[in-house]
Amino acid sequence: MAILEVKNLTKDFGGLRAVDNVTFRVEQGEIFGLIGPNGSGKTTIFNCINNYYPITSGNVIFKGKDITGWKTHKVCHLGIGRTFQVVKPLSRMTVLDNVTASAFCRFGTIREAQSEAMKVLDFCTLLDQKDKLAKSLPVGGRKRLEIARALATKPELILLDETAAGLNPSELTGAIDLIKRIRDRGITVLIVEHIMKVIMTISDRIHAINFGQTIAEGTPPEVANNPGVIKAYLGEAYAQGERY
Amino acid sequence: MKKNILYALAGIIFLGFPLVVRSDYYQHLLILALLWVIIGSAWNLLAGYTGQVSFGHAMFFGIGAYTAGILAVKFQVSAWWGMLFGGFLAMLIGLFVGWVCFRLRGPYFALATLAGGEIFRLIATNWESLTEGMVGILIIQSFRSKLPYYYIVLALAFLCVYVIHVVMKSKWGYYFVSIREDQDAAESMGINTALYKNISLLISSFFTGMAGAFYMNYMAFIDPHVVFSLHYISIMAILVGIVGGVATITGPAVGAFIMVGLQETFRSAFFGLAPRWTSQAHALVFGLLVIFVILFLSNGIVGDWPKIKRNILRIGLSR
Repeated sequence: MAILEVKNLTKDFGGLRAVDNVTFRVEQGEIFGLIGPNGSGKTTIFNCINNYYPITSGNVIFKGKDITGWKTHKVCHLGIGRTFQVVKPLSRMTVLDNVTASAFCRFGTIREAQSEAMKVLDFCTLLDQKDKLAKSLPVGGRKRLEIARALATKPELILLDETAAGLNPSELTGAIDLIKRIRDRGITVLIVEHIMKVIMTISDRIHAINFGQTIAEGTPPEVANNPGVIKAYLGEAYAQGERY
Repeated sequence: MKKNILYALAGIIFLGFPLVVRSDYYQHLLILALLWVIIGSAWNLLAGYTGQVSFGHAMFFGIGAYTAGILAVKFQVSAWWGMLFGGFLAMLIGLFVGWVCFRLRGPYFALATLAGGEIFRLIATNWESLTEGMVGILIIQSFRSKLPYYYIVLALAFLCVYVIHVVMKSKWGYYFVSIREDQDAAESMGINTALYKNISLLISSFFTGMAGAFYMNYMAFIDPHVVFSLHYISIMAILVGIVGGVATITGPAVGAFIMVGLQETFRSAFFGLAPRWTSQAHALVFGLLVIFVILFLSNGIVGDWPKIKRNILRIGLSR
């Protein structure tokens, strides 16, 4: 069953068409990748799904409901969590408070919200830093905090926007593992990523865009072999079939 | 534990003060300081904790004051009813102001609220049939002694600080600070930012309106120039918050006493000890103080108290 359907999504910023008639379906339980050059419209698509940007035309359907134009916080309550490409830690709050604030989406009392926050922090290996101010976290921690905040809202679909960017190789292994564990919990993952090692190895299917338009969709090998994708994005190395 | 003893001590001092210090002059200063505890704390809830820096809190103060005054002069109702109705009317206007201004952020929000304050000052000045314009409103004081006024404002100040304390410890507190730190992240976390900004504004405007109504009852005379004043009310509220410590519970209270003390010290030319021209200097000193606080004690006196202890009082230094 398709948990998310994006139909003919178009987003204009004045005269600039950032997203042009993009359509795709995300099946429940899969990891769905979105790739494309910088500026191709991937983050804009995310921003349209939770109505952070109002949509110009098209529809977003989540669990069968048309959520086009729904207020962002309502989209979150319905079950879509998201992270931001440029991380937005709540700097002057502690790590625990960051996630507790998020957990109030589903829990009414402070005790319940805090206990949920602790569980989520443990899941994201941030528990030992729970009393640190968010602004004191290095980039790896901030990325995990971003994910933890989204997870605390108990989403059924999580939108991950370049959560592996800026990580060193060992942190990268941890990030891939975290995404897999999120999927194992039954949460559908829609992921934007540039690091091929991440997106090609964990995605079930990939949608490639350029200049706001779809150029390919399919399994990772299918997309990697698509001439349009190679030309726009991957470079010759991947066309030669080199392993990632 | 130490904090509780401090609070208990402060409580005893405040409760006993007007019985020990019988001078009208000092009682008046304390009443003013307590009034600023209310206004400063209310401003701090919206600006320090929720991040919506208002430059127009005089709006709510003036509405409260004029509600009390108009009730007394036009409707022959005791001006004390103004405390309740003034608070509610200030909240109502607050909702309208929020609807207009909350679509703006940061400095634009500040400018919009500044404009709001000035708009209401002009309305009060020109709508003479309602407000008597520049002539102002004069009522008869209910009490001749300052004691009842003192205890009323003390109770109000305590109520205001206590309510804010309770609110900030609750889920609302988490939400307000989340909105301050990053409104977009907060919205994506499921926080209805429009709703919570308005809740913060409602509480803030209610207490500020009540303070305005109290002012009408206490001073017995108001005019638009004073109660809707950008300088005397809106900016003073900001100074009280910044110097005391934005985003702390006791900061505005400490700031209120410091600023009122400083203001009076200069207005009276150091209580008569300094040359006359120093009575004009309070604006200069305020400015210098704010610059100093922003540069060195950006969390205010309460917020940066550990830093003050270390550097100025030299407590806690090892050798």
